[in-house]
Amino acid sequence: MPQRTLALAGGGTHSPARRALQSTWHGISSLGGTVAVLLVFEILGRTGVLPARFLPPPSEVIVTLVQLLAGGEAWAAIGLTLLGWALGLGIAIVIAVPVGTLLGTSEFAFRATRAIVEFLRPVPSVALIPLAYLIFKPGTIDGKVFLAAFAAIWPLLVQTIYGVRSINPLQLDTARSFQIPRWSAFARVVVPGSVPYLATGVRISSSVALILAVTGEIIMGAPGVGMQINLASQGGAVPEMYAYVVISGALGLGLNLMFAALERRVLHWHASQRGVRP
Amino acid sequence: MLTLTNVSKRYGDEQTGTLAVRDLTFEIGGGQIVTIVGPSGCGKTTVLKLMAGLLEPTTGTVTVDDVEVRRPPEQIALVFQDYGNSLYPWMRVGENVEFPLRHRLGSKAERRERVDAALGSVGLAGLGDKYPWQLSGGMQQRVAIARGLAYQPQILLMDEPFGALDAQTRADLEDLVLQVRERFDITVVFVTHDIDESVYLADRVLVMGPRPTFIDADLVVELPSPRDQIETKALAEFSRVRGEVYRRIRASSELMRTGSVAVA
Amino acid sequence: MRRHRGLYLSAEILTPVLVVVVILLATNAGKTFFLPPLQNVFVAFGENWLFARIPVDVLPSLARLAVGYLIAVVLGIGFGVLLGRSRGARRQATPIVEFLRAVPPPALLPFTLVALGIGDGAKIFLIALVCIWPILLNTIDGITGIEPTLRETGASYRIPGAARLFRIELPAASPQIFAGLRASMPLAIIIMVVSEMMGATNGIGFFIVQSQRSFAIADMWSGIILLGILGYLLNLLLTLLERWVLAWHRRSHAIAR
Repeated sequence: MPQRTLALAGGGTHSPARRALQSTWHGISSLGGTVAVLLVFEILGRTGVLPARFLPPPSEVIVTLVQLLAGGEAWAAIGLTLLGWALGLGIAIVIAVPVGTLLGTSEFAFRATRAIVEFLRPVPSVALIPLAYLIFKPGTIDGKVFLAAFAAIWPLLVQTIYGVRSINPLQLDTARSFQIPRWSAFARVVVPGSVPYLATGVRISSSVALILAVTGEIIMGAPGVGMQINLASQGGAVPEMYAYVVISGALGLGLNLMFAALERRVLHWHASQRGVRP
Repeated sequence: MLTLTNVSKRYGDEQTGTLAVRDLTFEIGGGQIVTIVGPSGCGKTTVLKLMAGLLEPTTGTVTVDDVEVRRPPEQIALVFQDYGNSLYPWMRVGENVEFPLRHRLGSKAERRERVDAALGSVGLAGLGDKYPWQLSGGMQQRVAIARGLAYQPQILLMDEPFGALDAQTRADLEDLVLQVRERFDITVVFVTHDIDESVYLADRVLVMGPRPTFIDADLVVELPSPRDQIETKALAEFSRVRGEVYRRIRASSELMRTGSVAVA
Repeated sequence: MRRHRGLYLSAEILTPVLVVVVILLATNAGKTFFLPPLQNVFVAFGENWLFARIPVDVLPSLARLAVGYLIAVVLGIGFGVLLGRSRGARRQATPIVEFLRAVPPPALLPFTLVALGIGDGAKIFLIALVCIWPILLNTIDGITGIEPTLRETGASYRIPGAARLFRIELPAASPQIFAGLRASMPLAIIIMVVSEMMGATNGIGFFIVQSQRSFAIADMWSGIILLGILGYLLNLLLTLLERWVLAWHRRSHAIAR
């Protein structure tokens, strides 16, 4: 008769300190590839294989970046870009959420406006740039806010409609059978249920708003990071241009991470939805 | 002939890994049906994957016809429990069965013949143009078996293939396995958690012990052939073997639940 | 609900008509110069896009779009498969990829204009550069999301490498890959338009900007409407393609429900 004893599965003999060290190493080692790529570009740039006017060595870009940030000029531009972004996103939220809720709850409204929405949605917001030129004074913030808002409305609208419509009618019926008044059912069933979709919508809209804000700055000359990129590029200050590109990327990343974290918190109880990565 | 010698399997590294399989040594071959049965979670699937060459043993060797197995060997075909994810939904039934053959057989006509024969032998003749998801669960599993058969392996490994099916379908498919073994004279290794099934099908039952698993008992089943769902299960011998298997598994389950400490 | 059907249908048809009529009246009545009478816009649309300017502006735009997009598809799927298969490569690539995709696409526009000029090559390059990320990321998701049993079946039957890629991995990942393709399409259109607005000699974007500068507002609007139609048609095309390729996926999931 074989031994009837049981071994403890594996058994963790690791101290918490060792585990912490391991995960730090894990985090750092994933940067290895990035560092390697930067090094390659550095060498290519310095040895002249890559013409510096196209792709300066990363070290130069980093130095310029630090100078811009330390000197303070970059912050004004960042502030203006963020302002345009915030206004655009804010307007989009104010318009898209109520309208989306209405279209989501009222089948009549949804069907009536469906054709119009489907027609307007595919219009690339950038196509409206010349229109913005006509309407707004060039060089002001209005044009880019207009563009950002227009573009950001659509993803949020669609997500809000999905969110409201995703509420299982059974849940509403249950509320009704308990004599819960409509507005209360709305606040306590529809709103919480659609919040995850809203969170996703806001995240997508935020990134769209940023892109359009920067686009507006580049093309319409509204002050901000985009305009700095333009000026630097035209003035031949290539490292400076790249520095601003990096800044714009950092802005995009930062905002995205922020909203993704928000979304996770809101979604943590909701069945996770596998979706498209925009 | 499939041979395992002192096979053990540890997931992860020395310090923090889990020992899933302690020490396995046995031989399978000669057209037998060997069933592997054990308490839930003891590691039966790990054992099967080791035999199939899908996992490498930490120590010990797995050999097929005296050649060490490092990757899935030619002589073995597998039937998984999850037929939904094992049959390719973008291919028709016939294409699914034919797929492994494309790299073994030359002519399209030969392959066609084999596919038709295989589908016929599992009772699905003429359904080659359907998509798997158009068929019932039982029929899909037959397709998976047909695919294994068309491959003409020496050994057919089956990992709880009927676990997701209802009792009636299960009974039909068990009989199918017996027929297939008769007809094609292949060796079948059948992992299951269903004790009745394990005895009904087997020439030999390997009862696995609790994790880290090992062979608790190697029972020879001397029941007459051909087997019958009603007649065979009414025999005294069936009850005896079944009881023996059940007793051991119950004790193992108990141990796994309450646990006791030993040196890993 | 039955009795509402007729109501909904009529609403669906009547509301757009109503809206058009309102716009027609409003643009004829009010004299804002950037909102010309609607009928003028229709006339301009007919003159320009049916079919006079198609070879002049539409075809060049579409050609740039197509080439840039296809390059993004090939590279995106190609690298997506490579990264999808190797956890190590994925870990290394993640910081770079996450950063690059966060850069707002137009940020690179001034640079490419200066560096690469206003030729087609520059535009195609930029379109490809921007469109690659959604395709890449979704391909990675598709490949890493393949059910282990699917892979194990392939391994147990010793399916060789090429067949494994083209007949198992890609089909299995294709629903997710198509999601990426769909997400990239609007980006391609945006970059095409913007790049043409900033520096080009032909194209729809170029036309729109030119019209605006010469105050041919009705023409400008006709161009905007054309872009909307184009966006809609391209999306429709992609959806139809997806339905055809992924018919098995739709139906298998419908039944599994």
